[in-house]
Amino acid sequence: MFGESVRQLMAINALLALSIYLTLACGQLSLANAAFMGIGAYLGAVLTLNAGWPFWAVIVAAVIVPMLVAVLVGLPSLRLRGVFLAIATLGLGEVLRVVIVNLRATGGAEGISSIPVKTHDWHLALALAVALYLTWRLRGSRMGYAFEAIREDETVARTMGINTTRYKLIAFVLSAALAGLAGVLKAHLFRAITPGDYGFVQAVDILTFAVVGGSASFLGPALGAVLLTALPELLRSNVLRDVVNFEAGWQTLFLNGVILLLVILFLPNGLVSLFTRQWRRPTPLASEPATVEAT
Amino acid sequence: MPDINWSQQLLNGLFAGSAYALFAVGYTLIFGVLDILNLAHQAIYMLGAFCALVLVTGNVAGLGPLPGGMQLPFWLATLLAMLVAGLLGILLDRLAFAPLRKRPDTHFSGMISSIAVALIFEALATWLFLPQRSQFPAGTIRPGAVTLGQGALSYSRVLVIVAALVLVVLLTVLLRFTKLGKAIRAVAENPKAARLLGINVEAIYSFSFFLSSALGGAAGIFYGLAVSRLDPTMGRSVELKGLAVIILGGMGSVPGAVLGGYLLGLTEVLSVALTNTSNYRDAIAFVLLFLILVLRPSGLLGARRVREA
Repeated sequence: MFGESVRQLMAINALLALSIYLTLACGQLSLANAAFMGIGAYLGAVLTLNAGWPFWAVIVAAVIVPMLVAVLVGLPSLRLRGVFLAIATLGLGEVLRVVIVNLRATGGAEGISSIPVKTHDWHLALALAVALYLTWRLRGSRMGYAFEAIREDETVARTMGINTTRYKLIAFVLSAALAGLAGVLKAHLFRAITPGDYGFVQAVDILTFAVVGGSASFLGPALGAVLLTALPELLRSNVLRDVVNFEAGWQTLFLNGVILLLVILFLPNGLVSLFTRQWRRPTPLASEPATVEAT
Repeated sequence: MPDINWSQQLLNGLFAGSAYALFAVGYTLIFGVLDILNLAHQAIYMLGAFCALVLVTGNVAGLGPLPGGMQLPFWLATLLAMLVAGLLGILLDRLAFAPLRKRPDTHFSGMISSIAVALIFEALATWLFLPQRSQFPAGTIRPGAVTLGQGALSYSRVLVIVAALVLVVLLTVLLRFTKLGKAIRAVAENPKAARLLGINVEAIYSFSFFLSSALGGAAGIFYGLAVSRLDPTMGRSVELKGLAVIILGGMGSVPGAVLGGYLLGLTEVLSVALTNTSNYRDAIAFVLLFLILVLRPSGLLGARRVREA
C-alpha cells in the first residue's frame, strides 16, 4: 500500500528509533543520534565518491567512526544527567553542522548530491533484523538488567556494584553505531545529503518515534517510526483526500504535534502499551533522581 | 591583524547580545521556577512577532485583512502582542506542563510535551502567516541610524538594545522588590514550603509563564523588526543559542542570562572581526555550552548545586 521509498524510509527510521531506544533503555536522554547519523552519512558519501571504497567497507567505516566519536564525547558528557545531557548532545549536533558546512570535502551548505545508489532492500532488511535481534536479546541479559537498574535509579545501581559509567558508555556507543549505519544507508539510498538534514529537527523526529511508540520495550520505537513515517502518506491517500485537503505541509506538522502531545499526556508508555499490558505504572522515560526535599 | 572598526564591532555585539539576553531571561525564568526546559519558548517568540505584525498591518497573510481594517501604531501593537504572547504562555502551561506536574518523570515528559506544543504553534503559524519571509512595513520605525565614533547602528537595532535594557530592569525590580517577585522566588526555592506559607503555587506558575512568554514575545517583535525578517521557523536558531546563553549564565539565574547573552553576542562579533570570516561564528555558542556543562555545570552565576535532571 506504500510506495517503495516510503517503505525504505520506514526501515531507516526504525533503525534510528532503535538507536535512541538503546540510550533511553539505559536512562540517558541523549539527542546526539542525528549527529552520529550525519557522521555516518557524510563519511560514507566521501569514502564512496572520493576514495572509491567498496560499499561493505564504507558501511563498516560509517559504523565504527561514530562509535569512536561517541567514546570521545561520551566520556566527559555522560556524567551529566537528564536534560543537561540532552542539551550537551544537542550542542554536539550543532558543532558538527558548522564543521560540515566549513569543510571542503563535504560540499559546504549545499551538501553532497549524486551519491550512487548502493543500498538495496536486503541491506535494510538485514540491518533492521540485526538491530531488532540485538535489542530483543538485550532484555534479560546481564547488560539489559544493568541498563534497567541505571534507568530506574542510577545511584542505587552504582551502590549495587554496577559500573554505571561503563554501561552508559556502552549504550551511547551502540546507539551511535546504529545511527551511523542508518545514516550511511540513507545517504546511499536517497542520493543527496545536506548539513541541515542532521540538526535539531532530525534529533526531535527521532525522539518522537521513540516517545510515540513507547520506549519501555524495543518494539515501541520501531512501531512509532513505522507509523509516523506512514502518516503523511496515509493523509495523502485516496480515502482521506475527500474528507480533508492535505495538500499543504503544515497539516502534517500539526498532526505530529497533536499526536506527540496526546501520547505524552495520556499514554506515557507509548502506543505499544495499547497492545501489551504495561499501563499499570508509567515507566519513567529516563532516570530521574529521587526527589530530595530540603526541609 | 586586520584593521578593525572597534566602535562598529562593539555596537554589533551589543545588538546581538541584547537580542540573546532578552530571549534568554524568559527562558531561564521558567527553568528557575519549574526546573523545566521549555522548548516552546521559541514558538512563543515567533508568535509574538507575528502578532505585532498583524496588529500593525491589519492583515493576516494566510486569511486576509482583519475585520474593520484597523492598523495600530507600533508601540501599541507591541504592548498588545506582548499581552497575547503572555496569554499564550499560560495556555502553554495548561496544555503541556500542568497535566504532567505530578508525574515522576515530569522533567522529561514536560520537555517533550513542550516540543509537541512548539510543533503545533509552528504549524498554525505556517497556516496563518504563510511559510515565506514577512517583514514589518517600511516606516514602522524611523529610518536612519545612530552614530557613535566610527560606528553606526540603525534605529531599529538601537531599539533592541534599549528594549532589552528596560525590560530586564523592570523584571529585576519585579523579582527583587515586589511581593509577587518574592512569591515567585519562594516557589522557585521550594514549592512545598511556599504552599505551606499560603502562596498560591499554581497561580505563581501561571504568572511566571505569562511573564516569561511576554518577554519572549517582545524579543521576537524587536528582533524581527531589526533584521526585517519574520517566518514561522525564526525561533529555531535562537532557541539553541538561547540554551547556550542560559547554561553559560547558570540555569535559572536572570542576571546570569543577561551576562551570558552579552558575552555570547560580543564573542561572536569579535570572532568574526578577528578571523575575518563568519564561518565558525555559530559554533562558538555550542563549544562554550559544552565546555561550561563539562567544566562548570552551575554556569557563571548559577547557584552551586548538583546538576541533576
